[in-house]
Amino acid sequence: MGQSGDVGRLVVPGDSLGEIGERRAGHGVLRRNGELIVTRLGHLQEKAGELSVHPVHTTYTPRPGDLIVGYVEGMRSNIWFIDIGGPFNAILPMSLAAGKVDFGATREYMNVGSAVLCRVQEVDENHGAVVTMKGMGLRKLNSGFVDRVPPHLLSRVVGVEGIMLKSIKEASDCRMVVGQNGRIWIEGDASGTRLARSALSVIREAGHLPDIESRVRGILEA
Amino acid sequence: MGGYGDVQMLNEDGTRMDGRRPDELRKIEIEVGVVPVADGSARVQWGTNLAIAAVYGPMEAHPRKISRQDRCVLDVRYNMAPFSVTDRIRPGFNRRSREIGKVTANALESVVQLELYPRSKIRVEIEIMCAEAGTRCVGLTAASVALADAGIPMTDMVVSVASGKVNGVVILDLNKEEDNYGDADLPMGILPNSGELVFLQMDGDLSPEDFQEAWDYNMGAAKEIHEIMVAALAARYGGDD
Repeated sequence: MGQSGDVGRLVVPGDSLGEIGERRAGHGVLRRNGELIVTRLGHLQEKAGELSVHPVHTTYTPRPGDLIVGYVEGMRSNIWFIDIGGPFNAILPMSLAAGKVDFGATREYMNVGSAVLCRVQEVDENHGAVVTMKGMGLRKLNSGFVDRVPPHLLSRVVGVEGIMLKSIKEASDCRMVVGQNGRIWIEGDASGTRLARSALSVIREAGHLPDIESRVRGILEA
Repeated sequence: MGGYGDVQMLNEDGTRMDGRRPDELRKIEIEVGVVPVADGSARVQWGTNLAIAAVYGPMEAHPRKISRQDRCVLDVRYNMAPFSVTDRIRPGFNRRSREIGKVTANALESVVQLELYPRSKIRVEIEIMCAEAGTRCVGLTAASVALADAGIPMTDMVVSVASGKVNGVVILDLNKEEDNYGDADLPMGILPNSGELVFLQMDGDLSPEDFQEAWDYNMGAAKEIHEIMVAALAARYGGDD
């Protein structure tokens, strides 16, 4: 398998996509010995002469500006260590917290296990990230529920121009914030939260299928 | 290689004790996504062998001393369940499981793009639930499918298969009796798309001609097994092939 005409079909690591020619190698594709080789399991995509793979499984890689939901994993006198769902913990310095925090009082402000809505400020070349709570709406999450969807399926949660997210919010009557790291904060009454979570569960299980939109609508309208 | 060279393992018509031809594989079934909490997983039923592989990560490398500034490390653990063989195996690591874990990691390091995840670790757990013969091949094949399922970037998938020699005849994919009483065993790890070799061990003696024949059997079987691996991934992720 694996000529570039097979756009949309499943490709596995090692598949050859034929000679490079005029095409460029995108995400999940490698140039080797004059050929394009697939390096990740996923569905083949072609856009403006660039071949890439839409992966079926991803690990979150932080990028500056990402809005994310993190959990406090530990702290020192002036810093918190935040689990952002990626390979490495990020740091949240006391100076970037939402309000004023005294030196040595980090634990009183946020303890281990606290959920926090924050933004990635910078990422260094070793994948170490600094997150910030300075910004509109960024805060410690004291209420609601945090659910997870793999980062590559977030586009399914949001939908074209946010239509799918709007539908889930309206049907469940919940407030929702979608973190780029795949963590989604939901706040509403018990039945609404349950409905929103069941919609996310469908996306988690069948998000790679083409009829996912109608499946989610089926759940929301049931 | 038990050294009992006089035990007759082949029928008069050239078939083996389990009815297979010399160049025939045991029945192989692969299922993907069998461990929901893992990032990627696979179950491989290969004849009577049953292996489950689970992949976690990339994650922060612990203990810190194993981390590398320029690449990721593969932490492979191969383990046979105490009930996987008729004689109970004492649980935990032993010399053999450490060796197989190490050679499996070496084989997988040839294909995984480790440089993309500096300072991190990918944990690969291989659990042999039922062992008949060739569990290192089954484990390596399962680990390769599980890594693909976990979305780990790889230049190819490793396929592992063994050939050997019984009563002077080269045969593919030895079963327990053939492994115990045969003359030689040649497990190999092969990249099916490029035909490159990433893992080779040999137990017993093979002449250059027999070695070439065993090599050819393994190379041919690798393509067959690769098709089963791809079909298993397609079955899980809705591919049309």
